[in-house]
Amino acid sequence: MNEAEIKTAVLEVLTQVAPNVDVTTLDPKIAFHDQFEFDSLDFLNFVIALGERSGGEIPEIDYPKLASLHGCIGYFTAREKSTVE
Amino acid sequence: MAWDRISKSSSRLRHPPEMASYEAARRSFTWAEARSALDGLPAGRGLNIAHEAVDRHAVGSRGRRIALRWLGKDGSRRELDYDKLAALSNRFANVLRELGVGKGDTVFSLLGRVPALYVAVLGALKNGSVFCPLFSAFGPEPILSRMEIGAAKVLVTTPQLYARKVRSLRAALPGLEHVLLVGGEASEAGCQSLERTLEAAAEDFVIPPTDPEDRALLHFTSGTTGRPKGALHVHEAVVVHTASARFALDLGPDDVYWCTADPGWVTGTSYGIIAPLAIGATLVVDEADFEPERWYRILQDEKVRVWYTAPTAIRMLMKLGADLPRRFDLSALRFAASVGEPLNPEAVVWGREVLGRPFHDTWWQTETGSIMLANFAAADIKPGSMGRPLPGIEAAIVRRREDGGLEVIEEADRDGELALKSGWPSMFRGYLDEEARYRKCFAEGWYLSGDLARRDAEGYFWFLGRADDMIKSAGHLIGPFEVESALMEHPAVAEAGAIGKPDPVAMETVKAFVALMPGVRPSDELRRDILGLARERLGPAVAPREIAFLDDLPKTRSGKIMRRLLKARELGLAEGDTSTLEAGG
Repeated sequence: MNEAEIKTAVLEVLTQVAPNVDVTTLDPKIAFHDQFEFDSLDFLNFVIALGERSGGEIPEIDYPKLASLHGCIGYFTAREKSTVE
Repeated sequence: MAWDRISKSSSRLRHPPEMASYEAARRSFTWAEARSALDGLPAGRGLNIAHEAVDRHAVGSRGRRIALRWLGKDGSRRELDYDKLAALSNRFANVLRELGVGKGDTVFSLLGRVPALYVAVLGALKNGSVFCPLFSAFGPEPILSRMEIGAAKVLVTTPQLYARKVRSLRAALPGLEHVLLVGGEASEAGCQSLERTLEAAAEDFVIPPTDPEDRALLHFTSGTTGRPKGALHVHEAVVVHTASARFALDLGPDDVYWCTADPGWVTGTSYGIIAPLAIGATLVVDEADFEPERWYRILQDEKVRVWYTAPTAIRMLMKLGADLPRRFDLSALRFAASVGEPLNPEAVVWGREVLGRPFHDTWWQTETGSIMLANFAAADIKPGSMGRPLPGIEAAIVRRREDGGLEVIEEADRDGELALKSGWPSMFRGYLDEEARYRKCFAEGWYLSGDLARRDAEGYFWFLGRADDMIKSAGHLIGPFEVESALMEHPAVAEAGAIGKPDPVAMETVKAFVALMPGVRPSDELRRDILGLARERLGPAVAPREIAFLDDLPKTRSGKIMRRLLKARELGLAEGDTSTLEAGG
């Protein structure tokens, strides 16, 4: 997946958990929970759903990396690379 | 399986506990003695929570001890000593007085953990007003219903929360005369800047005579049917706040203490504000939400000695493993406790192994005002148990009889409802304007908690579940009716039923079953739309996390949705007696 595909997938999972989020005004660099109502259980559901979607469970220690859109894209881009290499 | 008890006699306590012997304290305890640990208002003018929490410590050199150490999201820090907190809360009391807000009027807050909250609570109590904190992640609907029922006269909030959640409700709240906005200038119509009004107010304030039975705090709790209930507490509650923090949290005046609860819930007020200040401890307040690494850093850097947190947070920390906490020096931590829902034994033991301190589970409710059952510093912990009643508290397992009477079950290890002998000082004094619902909570001198439990031969209580349809999620008690009402607002929804679905982290999460209007076809898009609306209206803590479509919801002959049956089906359990079902299930 390229960066744009990753972004689309992440936003899809995000709106599955929190459908009321307006993704057009999302600031990719700011953590989700600092931009809209997104509590820690939402985040947990989001990360679990990301894992299911990307076909590999995400280790808990990596959770903090997925707190923002930017973080998610960086994380999955790096993971794609490491699988390819 | 049975878990080994955590023995305290062999663990050689580093610090003499506030309560050296549970048995001895239970024998000798009297409420009169607990009252005498407080000062009372000067010249016998009565008992006021704010005087006990702040003014009595703002004397001489003691007043320069830190009351509040606030940690901002952005890494900033602010400290308020007891002198400063006394002065600021005096100013807030004067602001209220000048606005014509008096004794018994309700002051609401819709705030996260910011310093203004502490100033507002204490100032409102000084003024004799009733303080009601709201959870800042609530959507507009829970906010509106609570402010209506509570007859909000004043609201303290931020410009952002006001714009997002309150502005549109203003027309529906004609009694809301004053809105004070925290931070900067108030450019909103009908609002004032809290800072400007505080600056203009005088710093001296004499607390008027306060009867221990005067109303002080209003905390809302949901019901299975009908509107949320406003549980009223009086100034005398501070007697139990203070005594219970010593007994159950082992909290003393030299401690640095951190309660992670949100101020919008009763724990965040009773033990996040009042109890630690009344004891004279230093309160750590973190503005940010749950963030594992940040939390461990706070425990380390602030040298937190007593920590009161919640099972959902503990289980999330557990999921992250032991490597992260081992990078921090947590040696200052002396006592860790938990509240919100029963703490599973694994988590109790994990605390001991990984943090060096076992978690002590506690049990209480909005209605009880203070901790009622606990595992204690100087007594063995039975992992998975809620513990034993505090000195001064009598707890029992009871069964309600058909005739409305009560049978107290003396025998150990029998299932029943957890009940408390009524009359402890922090017991709620009523549900606002709902006398009948209040009376229904009592029988033959006992308060009936609605929690099912069991007491073992040694007097430890074990939680079994709720006696009603209430949902326990991440420490919050959620009323299915409030959830269903919001779902019904969606034009495609004909019927809705909400249940608690078991969850390994949050104990339960809200799952809703929805039947659609004739001709409407279920789709993923519709599901998102309904979920989005519910989150918008209720906020994430109350809204369902999951929605399932059904053709019909099971109902009784009288048309009541059978949540229990929905839950039994969800769990794959036998459905029990379905003879009163509309269409035979």
